[in-house]
Amino acid sequence: MALTESDVTRIARLARLHLKETEVPALQSELNQVMGLIAQLQSIDTQGIEPLAHPLSAINEVGLRLRDDVALPTNDETTRDYFMQNAPAREAGVFLVPRVIE
Amino acid sequence: MSKFLREFPTIRAFRDALSQRKFSVQEATSALLQEAQAQSALNAFVDINAELSLAQATQADANLAQGHEGVLLGTPIAHKDIFVTEGWRTTAGSKMLADYVSPFNATVVNALNDAGTISLGKVSCDEFAMGSGNEHAHTGPVRNPWDHEVVPGGSSGGSAAVIAGGLALGATGTDTGGSVRQPAALCGVCGIKPTYGVASRFGMIAYASSLDQAGVLATNADDLALLLDAISGFDAHDATSIETCQGVVNAPGRILTDYNKYLANASAGKPLAGLRIGVPKEYFGEGLNSDVGAAVEAAIAQFEALGATRVDISLPNTAYAIPAYYVIAPAEASSNLARFDGVRYGHRTKQYTDLQDLTARSRSEAFGDEVRKRIMIGTYVLSHGYYDAYYLQAQRVRRLIADGFQAAFAHQCDVIMGPVNPTVAPAIGSVAQNATAEWLGDIYTLSVNLAGLPAMSIPCGFAPGHRAQPLPVGLQLIGNYFDEGRLLAIAQTYQQVTDWHQRRPGDAA
Repeated sequence: MALTESDVTRIARLARLHLKETEVPALQSELNQVMGLIAQLQSIDTQGIEPLAHPLSAINEVGLRLRDDVALPTNDETTRDYFMQNAPAREAGVFLVPRVIE
Repeated sequence: MSKFLREFPTIRAFRDALSQRKFSVQEATSALLQEAQAQSALNAFVDINAELSLAQATQADANLAQGHEGVLLGTPIAHKDIFVTEGWRTTAGSKMLADYVSPFNATVVNALNDAGTISLGKVSCDEFAMGSGNEHAHTGPVRNPWDHEVVPGGSSGGSAAVIAGGLALGATGTDTGGSVRQPAALCGVCGIKPTYGVASRFGMIAYASSLDQAGVLATNADDLALLLDAISGFDAHDATSIETCQGVVNAPGRILTDYNKYLANASAGKPLAGLRIGVPKEYFGEGLNSDVGAAVEAAIAQFEALGATRVDISLPNTAYAIPAYYVIAPAEASSNLARFDGVRYGHRTKQYTDLQDLTARSRSEAFGDEVRKRIMIGTYVLSHGYYDAYYLQAQRVRRLIADGFQAAFAHQCDVIMGPVNPTVAPAIGSVAQNATAEWLGDIYTLSVNLAGLPAMSIPCGFAPGHRAQPLPVGLQLIGNYFDEGRLLAIAQTYQQVTDWHQRRPGDAA
């Protein structure tokens, strides 16, 4: 089942990508080539086969490991600013974004 | 190539020379930084900071003077630009992170720092490690030291190029679908990825988390053993790091202990007696260049001469690795790369209407075409109504592929050998005729990541390139889980009787 132009636009919106209208036809063609490649999967008989997520779980006990739920002391301003140094816009320890709620 | 590395081309030889005070770490580091500039045409380094490198060298010299004994003390290495590093920029080959400086080091980087290695800087990779030719880096293609017209392979192309170019003794890399083994093969150097979960992913910018694994590159198997052992071990900061595998603890020392044990137990005349080498027929089918195939066959014959037995095997689901990988990896990538929102770090667009527009425009401006394509595929296969048909089906096929390897290891062989790549390095700009052409070259490497197995590439000969020039061919060795020490010992045994790994670009043919 081939992807239409409106499918491509919808996927881009879900992926938070801004497409120019002129880019859509080329992307549509590329994505359909990829879909053609992965369509082979549908013909493989996997009846009774469990999906494999962590590769070692096939042979080894792999549990979900959770850290202790404790707050770590990084609340001093110097440390906080150090960890925020890559933010494109920040002020007084917060990330600045355009207004969300009017 | 630096005279230090020409005279002392292995980690142990270099370290012995340091012990004998033939030169200081400072002197070698300065010379290598100059050499990196002299070979800037390779376009391999993306960030060099002489002050930081020399500070590490000064510390290493001080430690040497105090009698510190670590074998990696003073070893000059480079880090793939996907590992976050304090001081050096970390861009992941992307415009998205063009100015990013990490506030912390990756666990792998810390481990190598603690071992006393000297970082010469950061080396290029495909954007977010997505690519097979290092042509998708925002800083432009890296050139192969054997021939500047051809690709070095990818995604760890910068790592392989600096080893082949004699600019470093070792380099870190990452391997999600072949990204350590394939550039190692195309640049005529050695590279290994361990069992999934052996080396920490903490601070390794994520591409496809259930496949990503750190690895190392160097000129020979012995050096790989030293470097890989240093970066191995459980890390609580990585949720899929493994504490034990079938009762064996994942800790530094394990790989070297196994490696030394296998080397020590080898008998002199036939050191590989008893070793069964599985040769999958699917790795020698249509699409394999005949000269590459001949070099790989000759290498397997050499292993037989060392006492090993060849066993023809079948891994029938090999061809399905491509579609399974290109569902799972993009799916995980689309999720991982959602963090680049133009708010907390990374590129932010100048013009936007609202928050969602800010994020979408920032991402579109900064992600390259290959990354954008994979994000969209991943988003689609995870979207409502398609998750079962694509993602879960790919994970079922993933289990079939993993089971296929286990059947072979249980009944037929101890190690699997075959080619790494169907061809030698192609010319820069020649591959991407359509959306999936570049992906088909990954046929021999992807299954290993899907199964989470350890695997390596070592040089095993040459084959003609696009204008008949000789280019390196790699041999792939695939082991069972946690069998890194044995793989490295097998490779080391081969390298004691062959000299492919000692050939350097520019040597007389």
